[in-house]
Amino acid sequence: MAAEVMLMNEIEATAAQMGIDLNIDFSSIQLPPGENCGIISDDEDVYHDDQLELDSGFGNVIVVDNLPVVPREKFEKLEGVIRKIYGQIGMIKEDGLWMPVDPETKKTLGYCFIEYNTPQEAELAKEKTHGYKLDRAHIFAVNMFDDFDKYMKVPDEWAPPEIKPYTPGENLQKWLADEKARDQFVIRAGTDTEVLWNDARQSKTELVYKRAYWTESFVQWSPMGTYLATVHRQGAAVWGGANTFNRLMRYAHPQVKLIDFSPGEKYLVTYSSHEPSNPRDANRVVINIFDVRTGKVMRDFKGSADEFAIGGAGGVAGVSWPVFRWGGGKEDKYFAKLGKNMISVYETETFSLIDKKSLKVENVVDFSWSPTDPIIALFVPELGGGNQPARVSLVQIPGKEELRQKNLFSISDCKMYWQSNGEYLAVKADRYTKTKKSTYTGFELFRIKERDIPIEVLELDNKNDKIIAFAWEPKGHRFAVIHGDNPRPDISFYSMRSTHNLGRVSKLATLKGKQANALFWSPGGRFIVLAGLKGFNGQLEFFNVDELETMATAEHFMATDVEWDPTGRYVATSVTSVHEMENGFNIWSFNGKLLYRILKDHFFQFLWRPRPPSFLTPEKEEEIAKNLKKYSKKYEAEDQDVSMLLSEQDREKRRMLKEEWERWVGEWRRAHEEEQLERQMLRDGEASDEEEEYEAKEVEVEEVLDVSEEVISFEE
Amino acid sequence: MRPILMKGHERPLTFLKYNRDGDLLFSCAKDHTPTVWFADNGERLGTYRGHNGAVWTCDVSRDSMRLLTGSADQTVKLWNVQTGTQLYTFNFGSPARSVEFAIGDKLAVITTDPFMDLTSAIHVKRIAKDQTEQTEESLLVIKGPQGRINRAVWGPLNRTIISAGEDAVIRIWDSETGKLLRESDKESGHKKTITSLTKAADGSHLLTGSLDKSAKLWDTRTLTLIKTYGTERPVNAVAMSPLLDHVVLGGGQDASAVTTTDHRAGKFEAKFYDKILQEEIGGVKGHFGPINALAFNPDGKSFSSGGEDGYVRLHHFDPDYFNIKI
Repeated sequence: MAAEVMLMNEIEATAAQMGIDLNIDFSSIQLPPGENCGIISDDEDVYHDDQLELDSGFGNVIVVDNLPVVPREKFEKLEGVIRKIYGQIGMIKEDGLWMPVDPETKKTLGYCFIEYNTPQEAELAKEKTHGYKLDRAHIFAVNMFDDFDKYMKVPDEWAPPEIKPYTPGENLQKWLADEKARDQFVIRAGTDTEVLWNDARQSKTELVYKRAYWTESFVQWSPMGTYLATVHRQGAAVWGGANTFNRLMRYAHPQVKLIDFSPGEKYLVTYSSHEPSNPRDANRVVINIFDVRTGKVMRDFKGSADEFAIGGAGGVAGVSWPVFRWGGGKEDKYFAKLGKNMISVYETETFSLIDKKSLKVENVVDFSWSPTDPIIALFVPELGGGNQPARVSLVQIPGKEELRQKNLFSISDCKMYWQSNGEYLAVKADRYTKTKKSTYTGFELFRIKERDIPIEVLELDNKNDKIIAFAWEPKGHRFAVIHGDNPRPDISFYSMRSTHNLGRVSKLATLKGKQANALFWSPGGRFIVLAGLKGFNGQLEFFNVDELETMATAEHFMATDVEWDPTGRYVATSVTSVHEMENGFNIWSFNGKLLYRILKDHFFQFLWRPRPPSFLTPEKEEEIAKNLKKYSKKYEAEDQDVSMLLSEQDREKRRMLKEEWERWVGEWRRAHEEEQLERQMLRDGEASDEEEEYEAKEVEVEEVLDVSEEVISFEE
Repeated sequence: MRPILMKGHERPLTFLKYNRDGDLLFSCAKDHTPTVWFADNGERLGTYRGHNGAVWTCDVSRDSMRLLTGSADQTVKLWNVQTGTQLYTFNFGSPARSVEFAIGDKLAVITTDPFMDLTSAIHVKRIAKDQTEQTEESLLVIKGPQGRINRAVWGPLNRTIISAGEDAVIRIWDSETGKLLRESDKESGHKKTITSLTKAADGSHLLTGSLDKSAKLWDTRTLTLIKTYGTERPVNAVAMSPLLDHVVLGGGQDASAVTTTDHRAGKFEAKFYDKILQEEIGGVKGHFGPINALAFNPDGKSFSSGGEDGYVRLHHFDPDYFNIKI
């Protein structure tokens, strides 16, 4: 019972903190028997799954050992000293300091218990004072109270670990083997989270799994689509399975705010930020890196928010997320964090710094990994009022040797864009004009895969144009830029190859005066959606870059998000709850045909389920592209079948609706006729008007015919 | 289809009503003057001066002789349609929201808003044939529903009264005793305020529009839900074609939010739906404020819409309209 009481207290405390009114009469809520509405009972969670939570009623208590043993006279003095040391770390609870006394000798026993308001404070106190030297003979040994329990439970004799029989897991990638080769997506609207198939052939969705209150803030797919992560107050969880969504693993991290998967989805990084007890201090940040499959914490980082808030404009609570950026392709070998005058690069074999030290770079403000190779591109701004130029350099990991460096002059800002295959790096450099009053933009283009990494400088035709958006063609050699100061900017396409020289960048085309401010390339390249979000109210242009022609223009009014499905066949545009009206999403074909639209109030998220990279070799892919007709025959036949079936079903449905309606009309007519006399009486005998009305209908038909006759006479 | 723009009101429109012959159109607005127009060419025929508050509603007798108007000045007035003279004034303690003549025009149902310490109420009044015999006395007063009652209409043979309003429930009352006979199903019914209610020409079914962004079709006698028409906007006004199986929904976002967004954001369109298949057929644009009122000409060949923008737009359908196939 004690534990239960504790938990309730905690819940109340958290609720009070978040300003939630807990005055709900829980016993008044009754679910239908045998139905839990997808809500797992808290009790089960607490008692069976979450041993940790159960024990942690004393998570805010620490035990300080190796105190001096003092007689009664000195008791108060010692207590004062301890209170002074520990009181400055956090709020000790009232009666939260207890120093036991030997009942016989009346001397202290050399240890005491301290109870803080929060587990975070207790942990901080342990960290700060473990090993604290009171004097030579008394070096504090501080432990969490909960840890005692844990160590007490260690059996004295070693027993061989029980080997569990191997049970094969579910095929977590079964969705890829869908017979109709459809893609899935997850949506969050209101309290419901749904995973759906995009059945574009039938212009509708098909439900895979739906659950209310599945997550407390957001959901996120792992980069290869195997897992769906949900976020809860106690931590994060991942879900997946062959046919439905089961919880595969939980990652305990109280009050987790943000999560991030490594690109190979081996690791999950979780982040939380906690209010300090002293308002002058910075928030305390806790970051855990979990192994996704085992759920084990591989490494944790704790510290004040200041340490994690270097570089970047500062996203959530001053920290630019992700704090740790993963590099080196899908192997998840390295991750790195920007620090003051350094970049800390860790490797996942040992989860420690490479060579045990960080990469020292004076004044570094930004860095990014190549998406495929262990190469870091970093940017150092101008120093000493322009005496020391800004620079961009490429550093190879783990060797840390500099592959290439470029000095840039009178730079105001710099952004780096990698092409998805890691072949090219575009550095967008904003430079001051001579007067320093305005800036103009140029691009430095690095060819990473070529010898000595040649760099080319690209300036727009009109140097003063502001760059609104930039995007590489995925896996391709082209990029698109939106530029201009007008309300209707221009869009230019460039290729890293020109017709005669593979090593020169060339302009393909410029589209003038477009209502666009965002670029969305198809994941397969070639096609791009030029979108005018926000101020442009959701203008969409579907553009074919191979042919340099517009395939379709459309509008999804007020659209806030655009996302291509991972195969590049469909585009989803959505209006999320930032707007009050129009919430919901549209599904388009790649060439801009609206397939279907679904409206949902309080629409928060739309995410396509990513697919892992294809196993096909580039040669095979090319072969398929060449013989597309042969391969597509089968699917075209299927498409036709489906559309036949669909129209058949549609006709059937309409017939049913009409019949049902006729039944109603018949009934109404009968009732109306029955009441005719009485109605006439109510009208003092005036004839009922229904006959007139029916006749009126017939007259109508005649008139329409008249019109068509006129047309014929016109032709003559 | 070229609409006829009818300028005459200085404030947002609140209600539109055709007479039985379909040659006159009565319009009510928040300015104090109900107006009558020629339904064919939109020419203004006359006004009814006398109210001292927004006019929320009106109804015209079957013989087009008498007009009943309900106003926020806490009165319901009976007018001579032809001369525009006031025949009688019913006084209430709170604004009148809706009025309707019963079959035979001997009774009228009037709803009043909650005001000060008065709750909302449904009143039944006798309309005397001879003006000199007209009295203030109510035959029946029904109280009960929470919040405003936006509309109350007569059921078949005047035996029942059907009401709907802010509590999103449709109720059928006995018009003799005032007993509650039926309520609409909470599960399938509207989730937010019902803003409008209109009867089919023969009174057999009802169409209700609600701020929950939907309109629903009900059987008048059993209150069975037959159809639901979903839209993206709150519905302020509904109408049913007497000729074809079409329903029209009008609405738009809150008037208070209109100025802060693009005019297209409001989608101040009158939307046409197939009554049976529940599919959207098309829309008629034009208003630059939410649509507050819709009415079909009894011949089904024209309809008019009244907007927050103060205009009445009168639309005569093109011949194509009568051949729409979906």
